[in-house]
Amino acid sequence: MSEARTPVTVLTGYLGSGKTTLLNRILSEDHGKKYAVIVNEFGEIGIDNDLIVESDEEIYEMNNGCVCCTVRGDLVRVVQGLLKRKGRFDGILVETTGLADPAPVAQTFFMDDDVRAKAQLDAVVGLVDAKHFPLRLKDAPEAEDQVAFADVVILNKVDLVSVDELEKLRATVRKINPHAIIHTAERSNIALDQVLDRGSFDLDRILEDDPHFLHAHDHDHPDHECGPSCDHNHSDGAAHSHAHSHEHDCGPDCNHEDHKLDASTHDTTVKSISLRAGEMNRDLFFSWINKLTQIDGPDILRLKGIVAFPGDDDRFVVQGVHMIVEGDHQRPWKADEKRETRMVFIGRNLDREKIERTFNACVAA
Amino acid sequence: MPTVTPYDFDEYVELATFINNQPVFALVDGTVHFPLSPNKTVQANKGLLSATLSQDGNSILTGGEDGRVMRVVNDAAEVVSEQKGKWIDVIASGPNGAVGFASGRTAWVVANNEIKQFDHERAVEGLAFAPKGLRLACGRYNGVTLHWVVGNGAPVDLHWGGAHTQVIYSPDGKYIVSSMAENALHGWRMDDKKSGDVKHMRMAGYPTKPKSLSWSANGKWLASSGSQAAICWPFSGKDGPIGKVPKGFGARDDSMVVCVACHPTEDVVAVGYIDGMVMAVKMADGSEALLRHPGKGPISSLSWDAGGTRIVFGSEEGEAGLIDVSE
Repeated sequence: MSEARTPVTVLTGYLGSGKTTLLNRILSEDHGKKYAVIVNEFGEIGIDNDLIVESDEEIYEMNNGCVCCTVRGDLVRVVQGLLKRKGRFDGILVETTGLADPAPVAQTFFMDDDVRAKAQLDAVVGLVDAKHFPLRLKDAPEAEDQVAFADVVILNKVDLVSVDELEKLRATVRKINPHAIIHTAERSNIALDQVLDRGSFDLDRILEDDPHFLHAHDHDHPDHECGPSCDHNHSDGAAHSHAHSHEHDCGPDCNHEDHKLDASTHDTTVKSISLRAGEMNRDLFFSWINKLTQIDGPDILRLKGIVAFPGDDDRFVVQGVHMIVEGDHQRPWKADEKRETRMVFIGRNLDREKIERTFNACVAA
Repeated sequence: MPTVTPYDFDEYVELATFINNQPVFALVDGTVHFPLSPNKTVQANKGLLSATLSQDGNSILTGGEDGRVMRVVNDAAEVVSEQKGKWIDVIASGPNGAVGFASGRTAWVVANNEIKQFDHERAVEGLAFAPKGLRLACGRYNGVTLHWVVGNGAPVDLHWGGAHTQVIYSPDGKYIVSSMAENALHGWRMDDKKSGDVKHMRMAGYPTKPKSLSWSANGKWLASSGSQAAICWPFSGKDGPIGKVPKGFGARDDSMVVCVACHPTEDVVAVGYIDGMVMAVKMADGSEALLRHPGKGPISSLSWDAGGTRIVFGSEEGEAGLIDVSE
């Protein structure tokens, strides 16, 4: 049981985003590692390789049909079968169908005890068709979900768009998912080490190495002025510890006309909320995160965070998908490291005011 | 005192059993080992996913990543069927040499030199023949489907919400029990054959998935893994386990039961644990006999011989052994 768990990379992307091209590259290029690839159909893969497994997507609802507790039953079976043989693979790659909701795939690696014992989610990689993504935002919520879920986003086919279009696209992806690592590619020509074995669930790296994340907070958005009915809580003048991400997320009564005219990004329905505070009261924090995910789980696509508890020498990391939250001690706080708590929620219909207020109420006295 | 003859393989032992009273071990790399035979190894599949003992006890049946269903005897392996490109991850044996197997949403039966195919809307994860071999039960998402092996009678669907990953018939054919992905067993009592009316039995309370199931002699008890003890449900009364509490045998606070095998004639259950320990427990008084100390990995397969004097076991780490309990 002590041996390292096999890393699993989940590859998402809407129809035509270049998944098959990328898979073919991973299977044919000499990168010195062996990956088992779980695909929906052999048909599209032009390579005969005994490491390719075909698997029909089987969505299983667990716990009496709670929609948040769905897993990919076929993956439970196939992954266990693959991992019975020791040292056979360096990693597993799961291709999802273009229309797939990424949640059940990710949840499989949190919810199923047998899978968790042997495998761990390394990264969700989302391929985005740079040319057609703006259209998909209008007609395909799946495409937006895939970006929201991703740890790594590859803007593919960038040769088909202008520099301006690309920048707008990049800003849109940031708006949906401010802490994803974004790469650009033509014909899926991404360096494979940017995709595989990323350790993206190492929150240390995501929340610290992403400069955007670090710079997105601690300051009010310069061009943001709230109107009388804007739902931001500006009253905590002392620390103003709630985090403003770049994309100001206004409430339904906000009177900002300028947001409607803002042409710098495409319209999105997924929003993110970044939170930052000092040390947390342990009991209050766990009670809060459990309650929040129980109640708002259906709207929360992903959550990630690093938590500081008083008297605890280790950083505590949490991550979750919908109603599932997993937390563990990660590593000791470094001497020169500020002991603070940072969290990101990505989802739809998230009540920013409530989440910020209840988060701040957990701060240790 | 029981004696243990250890064997060490490099791979996960998918099945440890006896063919014609001789120990045999099928490993996930597709090799089948007969340590007491001059011809020690047979290559059955290129990557083995499933294996079971044939009902006559003369061969084992294996399913592989190579799409092949094989019948393996002491010194040879023959192809029963081949489904190109499919992973054969479920297999079952029936009377008169019948073989059932499944891959994805399709199940097949090979019987009397004919192959019959049953398609489902959802993946088939469990297979079992009825005692007389007339029906094949397919465990799937939201229930079990009963197909007629012979003839073209309409299949019967037994509904119960959730994922059913394994299915077995009781020795008298009166009950069908499935193991679920939700740390529970589900049972159906099949006494009203005409209307298809069935009684449901929900057997829950396991801390982990109950993945290993074994009927005691004459079907009096159904032993199961998935808890700190071997959980045994009483099936001797008219209503089976309905309204009754199960018994736990071989309880250990610090371990988990992952494999169970009931003695062929007596009320004794062999219990395999996650740390590799093997015990035998008498159901009458709960008395325990330690058969093997903990090893490197979880017990993955456990079987008695026909006479009930020897046990074979295998582990996920490739450790295996033959235990003689005849004193």
